[in-house]
Amino acid sequence: MTLSANFYIEICYLIATALFVLSLMWLSAPTTARRGVLAGEIGMILAVGGTLLEKGIIDLHWVIVALVIGSLIGIPLGLVQMTAVPQRTAVSHAFGACCVTLVGTAEFFLRSPNVPKFTMSVLSLEVILGGLTFTGSLIAAAKLQELKFIPQRPVTYKGQNIVNLAILASTVIIAVILVLDSSHHILFLVMVAISLVVGVMLIIPIGGADMPTVISLLNSYAALSAAAMGFVLNSKLLIVAGALDGSSGFILSVIMCKAMNRSFTNVLFGAFGQVQTSGKAEKEERTVRSASPEEAAGILGAASSVVIVPGYGMAVAQAQHKVRELYDILSKKGVDVKFGIHPVAGRMPGHMNVLLAEADIPYERLVEMEDINSDIPQTDVALIIGANDVTNPAARTDTSSPIYGMPILDVDKARTVMVIKRSMNPGFAGIDNPLYYLDRTLMLFGDAKGFVNDIVRELSGNSAH
Amino acid sequence: MLAAFLGFQVIRRVSPLLHTPLMSLTNALDAIAVVGAILLAGRHESTLSFWLGMIAIVAATSNIVGGFLITDRMLKMFKSTRPQKPQS
Repeated sequence: MTLSANFYIEICYLIATALFVLSLMWLSAPTTARRGVLAGEIGMILAVGGTLLEKGIIDLHWVIVALVIGSLIGIPLGLVQMTAVPQRTAVSHAFGACCVTLVGTAEFFLRSPNVPKFTMSVLSLEVILGGLTFTGSLIAAAKLQELKFIPQRPVTYKGQNIVNLAILASTVIIAVILVLDSSHHILFLVMVAISLVVGVMLIIPIGGADMPTVISLLNSYAALSAAAMGFVLNSKLLIVAGALDGSSGFILSVIMCKAMNRSFTNVLFGAFGQVQTSGKAEKEERTVRSASPEEAAGILGAASSVVIVPGYGMAVAQAQHKVRELYDILSKKGVDVKFGIHPVAGRMPGHMNVLLAEADIPYERLVEMEDINSDIPQTDVALIIGANDVTNPAARTDTSSPIYGMPILDVDKARTVMVIKRSMNPGFAGIDNPLYYLDRTLMLFGDAKGFVNDIVRELSGNSAH
Repeated sequence: MLAAFLGFQVIRRVSPLLHTPLMSLTNALDAIAVVGAILLAGRHESTLSFWLGMIAIVAATSNIVGGFLITDRMLKMFKSTRPQKPQS
């Protein structure tokens, strides 16, 4: 290998690494975010280009064929509906993890039986994380896509945690054996197989409300396995990129956990489904007040400030464009409309923001929880569209509630509360919401999209007169 | 370690507004694992490693292309106040 080729490759990798860092830095503000994507793209091209220059590569044309096929698959994946973004993200975690696992496996068979101890340790880490992320992400994607064969609700059974821990421990033991003696081909395959099982076992008990956390966590795992691969291949570029993304995923999961007042272990080991049965014995009949679209329109039209709280229900009903119409018509009437966004609203971090941005709502109007809560007591109407647990005042007051302590949007402090909901059924977490029984709360029963549409029609009809 | 620390500093400043694009971008960046896959398939040291590498390249590239594409599409939608917005 000539010195100069090597030199250029190193330069390519160095610049690519720098660009990746810049890319994530620029992503911190909406104004520079697109520049960040561009930096990432250039970095990636440099990295791939640099690798193609490596002299060891003899099958260049085959590599290019694979690159082209991958790109062809990637294009439709990049063009999915915005509402399908959570599933798509889960699927791409699966692809990434699949890539890492395959490379790890191949590396093992090439190097066995003389794998240095350090390499073998990171190699094991790589395939274990990769394997469990692969199947875990596929399960998560299936749950998000609401495929029939996979139960939406958490699947739990007695002793689940012990079983999971035992399986996980067995992979670690196998990994240790392999580190000591790397000639056991079959053991390696067993380890990969078990880690695939672990992925399924870990994600099956996790329900909808915890999806944002889990997706972030899987993101982190996928990245860490890539970083481990970096150690195996001794590639600084991979280590840096993997560590960057790994910490990104990790921070996101921590943010999500904080937003739900739960610890990591709680999310991973205690499915919501188990908690809900306890402490909810008293089931008195309480009255709710409901209202028609006409009444709702009247109240909204007379208000001077409105806070809209969207949730997963809005995403399911694809109501974001109707919500935009409502926003337009109210703004035109001089009503101050803001959106209160809870960090875990929806099925992945930032889910609601993307949907509302898709509907063309300016991002200044999307307000985070901490900032909107101080505004809510001065707000005339809080309109809740398809959100439930994130507005539940029981989280503040009822110590027996499973969500006690979780930060919520204080919509119950607004002068009037309106809730668009399909029925009185409790939400995904199965927790009753006392908000609905307040005197100032109006329940608007109906499909989010249809109901918002009725309100919009009513409002525009009035303004024509 | 340095990279992880750097990552922490950088990501902490990302507003929740952009969490979804952040995730899809890191996803695309993760696909940097393609470098390893290319080396593996390209060196063709054994039939097994070649084919595993090929599949890995396909999986990773689809992530790269798809990831960047959707991130950009998402960010394009994040517009500031629209010009035709009525001043209220």
